[in-house]
Amino acid sequence: MTGATLERGINAFKEQINAPVAAFFSSCVSCGICAEACLFYTETGDPKYTPIRKLEPLRRVWEQEYTLVGKIKRLLGFEKPVTDELLEEWRELLYDSCTLCGRCSMVCPVGNDIAYMVRRAREGMVASGNSPVDVQAAAVRAVTIGSPMGIKLKALETQIRNIEADTGLTIPLDVEGADYMALLSSMEVINFPEYIESLARIFKQAGISWTLCSEAFEATNTGIQIGSTDIARELVQRAVDGAEKLRVKYVISPECGHAYTAIRWDGPNLIGRPYKFRVVHILELLDELRANGRIKTRNPTNQCMTFHDPCSIVRKGGVLESPRNLMALVNSNFVEMPDHGKWNWCCGGGGGVSANTDAEELRTQVFRRKKLQLEATGATKLVTACANCRLVIEEGLEAYNMELPIEGLTELVAQHLIEDEIPSGTQDSS
Amino acid sequence: MIEPMDFLLWVRGSLFDVAVTVFVIGIIIRFFEILSLGRSKDLAEAKGTEFVPGIKTIITRTLPEQGTFKRQPLTIIAGYVFHVGLLVSLVLFIPHIELFRQTFGFGWPGLPNPIVDAAAVLGIVGLLAALWNRITNPVMKILTDNEDYLVWVLTFLPMITGYLAYHRMVNPYPLILGLHILSIELLMVFFPFTKLMHTFTLFLARWYNGAMSGRRGVES
Ligand code: SF4
Ligand code: SF4
Repeated sequence: MTGATLERGINAFKEQINAPVAAFFSSCVSCGICAEACLFYTETGDPKYTPIRKLEPLRRVWEQEYTLVGKIKRLLGFEKPVTDELLEEWRELLYDSCTLCGRCSMVCPVGNDIAYMVRRAREGMVASGNSPVDVQAAAVRAVTIGSPMGIKLKALETQIRNIEADTGLTIPLDVEGADYMALLSSMEVINFPEYIESLARIFKQAGISWTLCSEAFEATNTGIQIGSTDIARELVQRAVDGAEKLRVKYVISPECGHAYTAIRWDGPNLIGRPYKFRVVHILELLDELRANGRIKTRNPTNQCMTFHDPCSIVRKGGVLESPRNLMALVNSNFVEMPDHGKWNWCCGGGGGVSANTDAEELRTQVFRRKKLQLEATGATKLVTACANCRLVIEEGLEAYNMELPIEGLTELVAQHLIEDEIPSGTQDSS
Repeated sequence: MIEPMDFLLWVRGSLFDVAVTVFVIGIIIRFFEILSLGRSKDLAEAKGTEFVPGIKTIITRTLPEQGTFKRQPLTIIAGYVFHVGLLVSLVLFIPHIELFRQTFGFGWPGLPNPIVDAAAVLGIVGLLAALWNRITNPVMKILTDNEDYLVWVLTFLPMITGYLAYHRMVNPYPLILGLHILSIELLMVFFPFTKLMHTFTLFLARWYNGAMSGRRGVES
């Protein structure tokens, strides 16, 4: 963000163009079908939000730099240049109106993975100084303070003390040699500490040896949202260092979808080597504990409930069955939304959009899609597995005057957990 | 004034060779342009495989998702109709197969002429519908540039000249047949350097999409 220039931006675009990107641009036939998959188009009707159009700057760089025709056009002076004005105009398209939800990538008839390209195009936007200021600020906080919301270790320690005092559970911190290290998202620390309590309950019952790490508890990665490999790498490195220092076998990704993308899929590529530990999403772990009979639940309710699949865990991470298996443990009256699972619609706040005040109005407008989906189910409770989705949906429901309580799936499982009457404070390990 | 017959001989002869050469070399250049950019190895632990999901996506993307179809039926129907019409007229018309057999020494069975004729009509209607859609649909309008119109014209000309030639609707016959061949040569020359290339690159695009998703355990 310092020293950002157009030239650097163009170089960054060039670096981001690989064989898949070139294959995608070569294949696009301007059919417009991707627009129908994107809630920013379907809910506004404004064609400027057509997914592939969001990539015009990257496309121009590709054509000029990596195709014979583009080079000839450039020689003859026919090329459409990439300018500061163009990038400024495209900021809204590449940030405010794209949550990286990946739905467009599922419908393009020629197979273009548009979300993959948006993620890459953002690198050029950062390098040319065209990323949104709010997301920039969050990224700076993440690097300097350790969390995009500016949450320090102290805040976590306070929450830990509160939970321990209220429940008599132990929340292990910096336990070397534990099997699992749990990561959190700042939103869980501040808005939903129930998540931490639920982990403690479930893991105690299942006999899992686990720990939090005081040097690496934050899993969200603003570098990935904004499109800065440098920042993303630094943030992932902290988690990797923490996990390797504590010599854990597994790192548990929190529910938060993009945190999962960051630590599970992007991380090793950012640091340039495979991890010495494995990464598992909390829902995958809970599902495994369920399948192995290590956790048992009771009294499933027959309240009508539905589940919102966070884009990054279902469409980009393949966590599809686990949440359904877990819902079956706690609820006997489960209904799916129209377009659920890999076809679910985004809450409208992923990919950094919820941290971006420029996007607020648009985000509320496109929330209408989620509202319609929810209304179609008749559910009286919404369950999800991402603190960010949860906050965005809460705000959206409020804006549309709709009442629907929302709960995190991990917490729900903890509520129905059958717990042995072990005197509190005893840390068991089996 | 050149005689129609001379014209036909010329487009059939040296011009055809030039067009085929540009077509083949152009396609090789384009594939080289794309593949030479490479793709770095994914270091994240895989949840699924790449190859089979990649192949699967190549096949499944041929069909639209239901919700998308409902939202944009004209684009999809016009798309199918003109692609099928085009392909049937191109590869199942007996004179085309015979030409192929003369050149390469082997062929395949074709369809009776009236069926191919009907397919050609569908192809032409589909192309016209697609053009109308391109001009009126706001999403397509904003995406469309001159190249999209160029490739439309390049696709339409062989269809319409082929239809006119088959029905002997233009006199003299060698003139319209020559124009038909010329339009195909134009198509071939432009093919590698325009969006017409999607015919081949979509296999790459779908494969990458399916493979990258498959690796993460996602069906795309
Ligand atoms: S759906 Fe695919 S081919 Fe059609 S305009 Fe969008 S990116 Fe291009
Ligand atoms: S990733 Fe989602 S939000 Fe972004 S362009 Fe595609 S459909 Fe729209």
